Amino acid sequence: MIKLLTQIGLYFLFLKKVFSKPEKPSIYYKQTMREFVYLGLTSIGIIAIISFFMGAVITLQTAYNTENPIYPKYLIGLGCRDSIILEFSSTVAALILAGKVGSNIASEIGTMRVTEQIDALEIMGVNSASYLILPKIIATLLFNPILTLIAIIVGIFGGWFAATLSGVITSENFIYGIQYAFIPYYITYSMIKTVFFAFIITSVSAFQGYYVDGGSLEVGRASTKAVVYSSVLILLFNVILTQLLLS
Amino acid sequence: MISVKNLNKSFNGNSVLNDISVTFETGKTNLIIGRSGSGKTVLLKSIVGLHEVDSGEIWYENTLFNKIDFNDRKEILSEMGMLFQGSALFDSLTVEQNVRFPLDMFTEKSPEEKNERVNFCLNRVNIINANKLFPAELSGGMKKRVAIARAISLNPKYLFCDEPNSGLDPITAILIDELIKELTEEYSMTTIVNTHDMNSVMEIGEKIIFISDGVKCWEGNKNEILNSDCETLNDFVFANSLAKKLRLTDR
Repeated sequence: MIKLLTQIGLYFLFLKKVFSKPEKPSIYYKQTMREFVYLGLTSIGIIAIISFFMGAVITLQTAYNTENPIYPKYLIGLGCRDSIILEFSSTVAALILAGKVGSNIASEIGTMRVTEQIDALEIMGVNSASYLILPKIIATLLFNPILTLIAIIVGIFGGWFAATLSGVITSENFIYGIQYAFIPYYITYSMIKTVFFAFIITSVSAFQGYYVDGGSLEVGRASTKAVVYSSVLILLFNVILTQLLLS
Repeated sequence: MISVKNLNKSFNGNSVLNDISVTFETGKTNLIIGRSGSGKTVLLKSIVGLHEVDSGEIWYENTLFNKIDFNDRKEILSEMGMLFQGSALFDSLTVEQNVRFPLDMFTEKSPEEKNERVNFCLNRVNIINANKLFPAELSGGMKKRVAIARAISLNPKYLFCDEPNSGLDPITAILIDELIKELTEEYSMTTIVNTHDMNSVMEIGEKIIFISDGVKCWEGNKNEILNSDCETLNDFVFANSLAKKLRLTDR
């Protein structure tokens, strides 16, 4: 318990260091642009592929579980849309990103720690936590909502593709379903969750990497911890945010 | 000049440095020598502020370095250059970007002036036609030299070198030693070198302190080290069979 409280305290001290005033904003701007590419653009592919198949599976499962003629067929489209917007585009995408981006951040920063690159920054008078991590946090906070939008669009397209290809419903029915009783707030809800999850992924993973002590084995462990802790926190905050935003 | 007074440092209750007091002189190559695990690196990292000490004082000229916070330390940190044991070059940056990094971070020079300074520093350490290479593409000796170029890019007053010869062949090691000594004299820096390489000691040791089990056992220069009365120092200095034979012949 004491160890857990110590870690939580250390995490908040770490955040204070990360959010202190940058030495030279122009350098931070360049770093942030780089992180957009490394953490954002390179994630589009995996998010698109997973969302496509996720949308397809949701549609098929909804279709096979609502065969009763009492249910209108367009509900399959509606179910696909709401499942993707409410849960899959934000939470499932965040879990995937925790694996991809989280492990990447933890291993990158952990390796910099064990090879004394972070010490080299500190010796120069650079706030290493802020220089290395703030651009990553900003980049993911700004770019992950874009990834979520991509996940929503591709996911719904995947649903439509599976529906029409398998013939479980017609294209017209599916399109009618995804337009039916649309609540724009669901998009806002999804975006708010995405921003929280982006912060969790980046800060928790960076924290794990920043305090690595040892060698390559510890870097590997930090990377694993980053994914596990980020995923657990994402699931926990998913419950909290859902209660707060949808109740 | 850097002065250390009554320095103590421990990790989880295990004392690593015990009441170390020493003065490192300006314009000289000061050496900290000792066996592996004797506390050399901890002492060096404490002096530069990477480890917070338990008690004692670290003075840079008239500033009590270990009692001021990170923001106040920045002025002194900007006058430091450090060569790490593993070079600590930034993997994602090329050679010239590594050397340019402190200039980008702490100066308002134009890109042309920065390029000029980068090329000057790289030429000074004899790195030619490697500006666009990444650290992974360099040999161990080249990495050390690029790290030295990065360390001197801001004209530091203080240069710290942690095991500069580790992993290098004897000829390259001598070149690195000579480079450190030349730069120390050229820029009139206070240089502190951590080493357990006796070749370095005899080449560049203008002031030497010997540490054993976290305690300073001896202080002197390269001319005095061979005639010391300190048993632990003699065990260290004459550890290899060649040195033992030379000592017996001398006697």
